[in-house]
Amino acid sequence: MKLDAKIPAGDLETKWTRYRSTVPLVSPANKRKLDVIVVGSGLAGASAAASLAELGYRVKVFCFQDSPRRAHSIAAQGGINAAKNYRNDGDSVYRLFYDTIKGGDYRSREANVYRLAEVSTNIIDQCVAQGVPFAREYGGLLANRSFGGTQVERTFYARGQTGQQLLLGAYQALQRQVGLGQAHVLARHEMLELVVRDGRAVGIIARDLVTGRLERHSAHAVVLATGGYGNVFYLSTNAMGCNVTAIWKAYKKGAAFGNPCFTQIHPTCLPQHGSYQSKLTLMSESLRNDGRVWVPKAKGDKRKPADIPESERDYFLERKYPAFGNLVPRDIASRAAKEVCDEGRGVGQTGLAVYLDFSDAIRRLGRSVIEARYGNLFEMYEKITGDNPYETPMMIYPAVHYTMGGLWVDYQLSTTIQGLYAIGECNFSDHGANRLGASALMQGLADGYFILPYTIGEYLSGLIRSGVVPTTYGEFDEAEREVAARIERLLSIKGGHSVDHFHRELGKVMWDHCGMARSRESLEHAGRQVAALREAFWHDVRVPGTAHELNPELEKAGRVADFLELASLIVQDALHREESCGGHFRTEYQTEDGEALRRDDAFMYVAAYTYAGPDAPAVLHKEPLQYEVVKPAQRSYK
Amino acid sequence: MRLTLKVWRQKNSQDKGRFEVYHLNDLDEHASFLEMFDVLNEQLIREGKDPVAFDHDCREGICGMCSMVINGRPHGPLTHNTTCQLHLRHFRDGETITVEPWRASAFPVIKDLVVDRSAFDRIIAAGGFISVNTGQAVEANSILVPKENADQAMNAAVCIGCGACVAACKNASAMLFVAAKVSHLSLLPQGEPERYRRVKNMVAQMDKEGFGACTNTNACEAACPKGISVTHIARLNREYLKATFLQEE
Ligand SMILES: Cc1cc2nc3c(=O)[nH]c(=O)nc-3n(C[C@H](O)[C@H](O)[C@H](O)COP(=O)(O)OP(=O)(O)OC[C@H]3O[C@@H](n4cnc5c(N)ncnc54)[C@H](O)[C@@H]3O)c2cc1C
Ligand code: FES
Repeated sequence: MKLDAKIPAGDLETKWTRYRSTVPLVSPANKRKLDVIVVGSGLAGASAAASLAELGYRVKVFCFQDSPRRAHSIAAQGGINAAKNYRNDGDSVYRLFYDTIKGGDYRSREANVYRLAEVSTNIIDQCVAQGVPFAREYGGLLANRSFGGTQVERTFYARGQTGQQLLLGAYQALQRQVGLGQAHVLARHEMLELVVRDGRAVGIIARDLVTGRLERHSAHAVVLATGGYGNVFYLSTNAMGCNVTAIWKAYKKGAAFGNPCFTQIHPTCLPQHGSYQSKLTLMSESLRNDGRVWVPKAKGDKRKPADIPESERDYFLERKYPAFGNLVPRDIASRAAKEVCDEGRGVGQTGLAVYLDFSDAIRRLGRSVIEARYGNLFEMYEKITGDNPYETPMMIYPAVHYTMGGLWVDYQLSTTIQGLYAIGECNFSDHGANRLGASALMQGLADGYFILPYTIGEYLSGLIRSGVVPTTYGEFDEAEREVAARIERLLSIKGGHSVDHFHRELGKVMWDHCGMARSRESLEHAGRQVAALREAFWHDVRVPGTAHELNPELEKAGRVADFLELASLIVQDALHREESCGGHFRTEYQTEDGEALRRDDAFMYVAAYTYAGPDAPAVLHKEPLQYEVVKPAQRSYK
Repeated sequence: MRLTLKVWRQKNSQDKGRFEVYHLNDLDEHASFLEMFDVLNEQLIREGKDPVAFDHDCREGICGMCSMVINGRPHGPLTHNTTCQLHLRHFRDGETITVEPWRASAFPVIKDLVVDRSAFDRIIAAGGFISVNTGQAVEANSILVPKENADQAMNAAVCIGCGACVAACKNASAMLFVAAKVSHLSLLPQGEPERYRRVKNMVAQMDKEGFGACTNTNACEAACPKGISVTHIARLNREYLKATFLQEE
């Protein structure tokens, strides 16, 4: 298979405008005859579904939660980037583009990233028009703050609940279309198979999670907006239901999977405590604006933080990266924290934590300013830990947070299966090997509001005469049979261990051996362990209940089964990428002072994999990355 | 620590339902309430019994999925809290805790602690939005919003749509939920043109869904995990009155 990114010719600055002006259109009368399925109701899915319905397509939206408003995007805290340059601090589309390319460690496509930066400003306009209550200055204008990896203030926010407010904006736009009869939402439905006929996506098999019934849904195009797969690590900042299932089915039906090993570990999360723990909580990166990260200079210093004098503290980010200080990109901050903990200077009960200290900021700005900025985050911290961060420093540790990898898409956001699109976190994205803070919300909404509604027209314009897609095709029969058989098999094992047991084990293997630092040895070990776990799962998992009722254990079982397969692909990709870049750190490839050693000569490409059967390794395809505008350089935040 | 749980079990919407009692030992006081249910479910699965179905997703108090009435109070004993953010350290060792689903005829039980809250989605579809299509927006900073209004709108917009307000109300009224959205949008200049249509349509849908009337007991505010104030209900009532008087149609 040859990967064709379909990047339009011409100057970087004019590619998108030209594409938009020349893409084939579908007339309003014809849009009414075209069905589009959108799986996922997060920022990407809800914004796409609303926009497509507004254009006149007949839209069906699926989500596994009880309401589209509860998609995981709701949990995003810190903010959304846009190149508005409202602060007059020198920001521009080019600078946002450049920061994103550099932040991604030169592993993303220039044309896509430029387009992302370009439409970022429209997103803010759209959201404000919808009534998103962004933070404002006293003059009534929009407020901004800064985020990691940048030196300008371009992040828009709604207290610590930016994702919630943006998602509610998109959800309300979608519900408006539901009220108008243009869109139809199927909540508590899970997509369990993609239906492909003659190389085209023609529908999905979904399970009604309340009745357990399997349903066939056909459409002229299918859009996946199913979010990230960070839960392959079991413990992550993702919501409990986040999964890879939808894109994994697509992968097994022929869609290429891009850069699976690029996972992001976020530096500011609450440290792990007990074995019963079900998830890790993120503390927004915006906290690094005012919080200072430190550990004691001496190993094993067990004094209370207040008893450690200034001279015996190591503000290691400020020391190592004076230019960016506490605001270095996530991968760098995470690794630095791991390093000091590995040296035995970590704090807290487990020694796997560092301090994030606000006392300077409170002295400088006053408690009320800090409260206005981070009040709800401080409250959340206190609720969970019982400690008051106004009085004692927070304790934080890195945790899995985001997946840059995902389905490979071209410039039109089309996967390698015709008529199948992937948007938001579930595509392999514009973030290269590392995503900058506040850029996922931007990408999700860019894809959904401003890119996909145009690009999908190119494909759909060829289908205006095709009529309703029948669900009686043999391909639907077969897909439904496969799904039913798999559910039957999961229920019939009746083994000795719960689904969570296997998920936890998988997470441990992935975190220890394919996490913040990876080596050939650790990865080979992980590969063997994952294969063994997969084997054990299919012999020994215990899924209670039946297929014909609300059965959360059965839902989890299906997702974990897919994670167990995905994990092998992640390990395969991590093994093959013999360099360190962004979130992917191979211990064999580092500079003398321990920084990531990128190998542009050998690895400046997107690694996209296609499925080759249950027992064969996936087939690797390379999409070379050409940098025409930005000159790749070793990232420096010093 | 040790806890005894009295949990509502109901196979499906037809089943009458009953309480079952479970004993849990060796719990960590730092575990969350939902993590305790994970432990219980693992135990039930081991014993070959049906685990308890409950809604949850983010487990950080923002998605609005989790929904348990704990010792008679939606989301449990703390104020401004969700079930998922409740920790066992707030209970006494050896205590018996009663756990039930949201109870309201507009929220029928699906199974055990899981209820159907789709009525809320239909209320939003009836008018809880600003009518602007993608691409129709004007430059963001051309709309000035005084900071106080933006802050007040945000105070209402933080609603997570969990339904604790309905569960707490003896009449199962959805007024706080509707009021939060009406307030959020009517406090902003962008929401102005549709303000009267919006409130009328949302209230009409609310009534159609079978939610009860508001008798100002303020139980909703007390149960709201986001501390949304009943003053928004007063605003809703004002808006609704104005709408019935002022709007032609
Ligand atoms: C705690 C946290 C904080 C964050 N903060 C920020 C931030 O401040 N700024 C920022 O830019 N980014 C942030 N991010 C990242 C960002 O929130 C996500 O990347 C983004 O919201 C993903 O949006 P999405 O639309 O792609 O997917 P999601 O919002 O995850 O939505 C996925 C949707 O797919 C549905 N779905 C999944 N699988 C299936 C299936 N098989 N069948 C049917 N439906 C399915 C789900 O029901 C859901 O509706 C944060 C992430 C986390 C975890
Ligand atoms: S699980 Fe999301 S609010 Fe409790």
